[in-house]
Amino acid sequence: MTLAPETTDLKVQLRLAEGWFTVCELSLLVPGRGVAALLPDGRQVAVFRDRAGRLYGIDNRDPFCGAAVLSRGLTGTHRGRPYVASPLLKQRFDLTSGQCLDDTTVRVQTYEARTA
Amino acid sequence: MSTTAPVGDRPRPTIVLVGHGMVGQRFLEALAERGLTATHRVVVLCEEPRPAYDRVRLTSYFSGRTPEELSLTDTEFITGHGIELHVGDPAETVDRAARRVTARSGLTVGYDVLVLATGSSPFVPPVPGRDAEGCFVYRTIEDLLAIEAYARSRATTGAVVGGGLLGLEAAGALKGLGLASHIVEFAPRLMPVQVDEGGGAALLRSIEEMGLAVHTGVGTQEIVVGADGAVTGMKLSDGSELATDMVVFSAGVRPRDQLARDTGLAVGERGGITVDEQCRTVTDPRVFAIGECAQAVDGRVYGLVAPGYEQAETAAAAIAADGSGQRAFTGADLSTKLKLLGVDVASFGDAHGTAADCLDVVYSDSRAGLYKKLVVGRDGTLLGGILVGDAEAYGTLRALTGTVPPVPPERLVLPADAGAPAALGPAALPDAAVICSCHNVTKGTIRGAVTEHSCTSVPEVKKCTRAGTGCGSCVKVLGQLVTAELEASGVEVDKGLCGCFARTREELYEIVLALRLTSYRELLDRYGREEARDGDGCETCKPAVASIIASLAPTIGADGYVLDGKQAALQDTNDHFLANLQKNGSYSVVPRIPGGEITPEKLIVIGEIARDFGLYTKITGGQRIDMFGARVEQLPLIWTRLVDAGFESGHAYGKALRTVKSCVGRTWCRYGVQDSVRMAIDLELRYRGLRSPHKLKSAVSGCARECAEAQSKDFGVIATAHGWNLYVGGNGGATPRHADLLAQDLSDAELIRLIDRFLMFYIRTADRLERTSVWLERIPGGLDHVRDVVVHDSLRICAELESLMAAHVAHYRDEWAETINNPEKLARFVSFVNAPDTPDPVVGFVPERDQIKPDLPLLSIGLRPAPALEGSAQR
Ligand code: SRM
Ligand SMILES: Cc1cc2nc3c(=O)[nH]c(=O)nc-3n(C[C@H](O)[C@H](O)[C@H](O)COP(=O)(O)OP(=O)(O)OC[C@H]3O[C@@H](n4cnc5c(N)ncnc54)[C@H](O)[C@@H]3O)c2cc1C
Ligand code: SF4
Ligand code: FES
Repeated sequence: MTLAPETTDLKVQLRLAEGWFTVCELSLLVPGRGVAALLPDGRQVAVFRDRAGRLYGIDNRDPFCGAAVLSRGLTGTHRGRPYVASPLLKQRFDLTSGQCLDDTTVRVQTYEARTA
Repeated sequence: MSTTAPVGDRPRPTIVLVGHGMVGQRFLEALAERGLTATHRVVVLCEEPRPAYDRVRLTSYFSGRTPEELSLTDTEFITGHGIELHVGDPAETVDRAARRVTARSGLTVGYDVLVLATGSSPFVPPVPGRDAEGCFVYRTIEDLLAIEAYARSRATTGAVVGGGLLGLEAAGALKGLGLASHIVEFAPRLMPVQVDEGGGAALLRSIEEMGLAVHTGVGTQEIVVGADGAVTGMKLSDGSELATDMVVFSAGVRPRDQLARDTGLAVGERGGITVDEQCRTVTDPRVFAIGECAQAVDGRVYGLVAPGYEQAETAAAAIAADGSGQRAFTGADLSTKLKLLGVDVASFGDAHGTAADCLDVVYSDSRAGLYKKLVVGRDGTLLGGILVGDAEAYGTLRALTGTVPPVPPERLVLPADAGAPAALGPAALPDAAVICSCHNVTKGTIRGAVTEHSCTSVPEVKKCTRAGTGCGSCVKVLGQLVTAELEASGVEVDKGLCGCFARTREELYEIVLALRLTSYRELLDRYGREEARDGDGCETCKPAVASIIASLAPTIGADGYVLDGKQAALQDTNDHFLANLQKNGSYSVVPRIPGGEITPEKLIVIGEIARDFGLYTKITGGQRIDMFGARVEQLPLIWTRLVDAGFESGHAYGKALRTVKSCVGRTWCRYGVQDSVRMAIDLELRYRGLRSPHKLKSAVSGCARECAEAQSKDFGVIATAHGWNLYVGGNGGATPRHADLLAQDLSDAELIRLIDRFLMFYIRTADRLERTSVWLERIPGGLDHVRDVVVHDSLRICAELESLMAAHVAHYRDEWAETINNPEKLARFVSFVNAPDTPDPVVGFVPERDQIKPDLPLLSIGLRPAPALEGSAQR
């Protein structure tokens, strides 16, 4: 796999067990939309940027269907909290906790995200 | 042949109903509601070859409603209530002494109660030649089938004798069948019973404008018959002769009381079985008569369905005789509102001003075909009126009849743009006001449905009270009342788009258009709900607003390209990737194939692309080809090949125009009368890319055989010998709906102009994800209102609608070509932002029937908890 080349602009980073992992330039993140990133261990993360500029990372796999598509969902605010709605069957996931808002038994992994 | 054999051990009393028309059916329903079908044996003799159907809507057969759709009953009702229905078997004799009815088949049934609901028969004036081939009446489905067959096979001209309500309907139907149509009326004006001279003049103008020839003040003296025994013309009382291939008599009706006469029941001077207030015949307490065959206590024979329904209820109540709501029928209101050939005509109360000392308030504009008259008493009481050309205020006015209206009467008839305030709201009506005259439902009853029976929507109120389920003319007022009542009783009627906007989609559309807003954020922060401002919105309003902005893009100065900056974040996934997401995260690609017409070269290109990218191909239900299984990073490469070969996006992913299907049409088909392929291509290219509240589908058929299934489309076009018929509001899918005829015999230019207006009006006023079918049923006034707006320009917005569409057409660009030529946008089409060359490992395929299908086990690998995917990353 080829990883994106380094540049001098602000970078989006995710916290992994081994430390901060650089994903891409901040400018590639359109506010309100997500991108998918591949981690060194093969997992996929959906990274989002909200309107206020805050960053979020959650597992990219839709736990209901198995496809890796959460990064392609539409984001929104529910009772002041940010979420993404899966593009497949529209279940919503809280971006800060990974909790599914439509099924309390389901939660996806979250990742701390920052710019550097 | 069966004779009466009592069912069960104890014989139940028997009710025999003769005649299964509209009133007969209502009588059966009234029996069932009162539990009488359980305690009585009910036998029905039905003369026609089919059970009761909606005679009032008979003419809609010509705009596509099938006899089945016109039916008023079903086997569930009939057998469910144990009713013995004998179809096609009329009663021939009644032996009152033996209490026995004998039918044509020989069937003999004894009765305890006999109910006659035999309706009436068309009156055919005794002129020579009236039995010739080519002479018809207009009363039953069979009559219409015969008229249609004759008109199609051997007539180019038709004449209707009688310019009353039915005559006009019949003439309109003949015109719809492609005949040059004439109306011959003996009275000096059209619809002499309902309207006065002024109203007749306004009506005449509108009818003539539609291309119908009207001859008033002349009688029919003779039907001229050719050597082959078929009609060739008519001799009129002014000495002139009218050449015509067929004649439809519509000169009034006569009560069918022969059966009653034969068995010695009293009948009125001008016919009609004489009954008392309980609808019992004055001669025999065991025999009732209801509907058009009866002469009520007020000496009148009612030729409308509402009084008949009232009589049906009255008779059922009298038969039940359990004291539960005794009723009496003493007379009825003759108010009517009709849509005749697209012209509104209404009359109510004392329309002709027969009361002593009454005054007229008249507004008339014959240029616009408008005539409105109110009859008012000295003390200001509204007594009645006539409305021609615009019957918008009918519901309110009818309900106000008998009261002193809260505003001066002239304000009620002036058109809205003449400085008068909008017509009175239903709030002004008293509780006793009858809102639905078909079912005699008062405002009080409707309010009760909301406050006591907890109805929270118009459909629920309709079900609960029956209001609005007859002619439909009261539905608009009904809707206003229900909303007002819900609001008054504190039920919050939140019509907001979603949790972010308290406004409806229609309101947001108007805001975006008026303020030229091109930014979702600005709209949310200025017009969103307090708690949603400054937030990220939601997945409901974002695509809805994106769609509004896209439909208006050229007009409000937004970039029409859906992936552009501000719009990009709003689009649903499919729009965002300009392709349809599949269950495993791959996409399908559907190039536009306008009208379903495609060259061999292009077919080969599609084949090559699908082969080179290993895609699954399928012919869709929309007459085009879908290629499935493209990975997100392959999309631009596939589009590039398609665009190079002259293809463009088919918008299979968008709430936008999908396909315009076509049949092969006149070019090849022996039946075709117009070039349906050409028209389908023109329409598809005109409306391609148009974003709308829901997807839009269309089709064009080359003749009435309808091979393109145009009547199941949002807008469907069917060729006629003279041009095109336009149907709207059709739907396949989960809740299929046949489209309604909007306009007939249009030229190419007229057709396109009407579709422009229709689509833009829909886009403007529909809710999100509301197909045209649902929209048409929801909006107040329904099809009639839409026709008023788009055909007659009643809101004076057609120029604007047309210019919005013109802007759309002029600014159309192919979204695929735009994307592949824009490196910045292309960056999005990768599986991983940090590994653009790596495909998504979960997207895999396995073979099936020589093609691919998603590898589903791959999707479940590593779901909860997620182990590393190192092993499969290289797939
Ligand atoms: C591909 C196709 C089936 C096929 O293999 O033939 C298809 C496939 C889909 N249809 Fe369809 N429909 C297809 C013809 C139809 C038809 C037939 C027609 O158009 O003549 C109908 C009934 C006609 C109608 O719409 O009135 C039809 C009624 C629906 C509906 C129900 C709409 C409704 O009003 O009830 C949906 C759901 C929706 O839109 O909300 C739907 C939704 C879908 C979606 C978009 C479901 C989804 O969200 O994934 C499917 C995805 C297509 C894809 O991935 O490419 N599809 N769908 C057809 C594509 C036609 C085309 O060339 O564009
Ligand atoms: C084209 C058209 C448009 C109309 N539009 C309107 C409108 O807009 N508003 C309105 O209020 N009214 C309208 N009417 C009138 C309305 O249809 C009638 O008032 C209504 O149908 C009367 O119902 P009924 O049951 O009394 O008679 P019908 O519906 O005529 O039913 C009588 C039935 O009895 C049957 N019958 C007769 N004799 C026998 C026998 N011996 N044995 C067995 N069966 C027998 C007949 O075949 C018929 O099926 C319209 C009528 C027509 C034809
Ligand atoms: S609709 Fe008519 S013209 Fe078109 S293919 Fe069918 S029969 Fe032929
Ligand atoms: S007035 Fe005809 S349905 Fe209500």
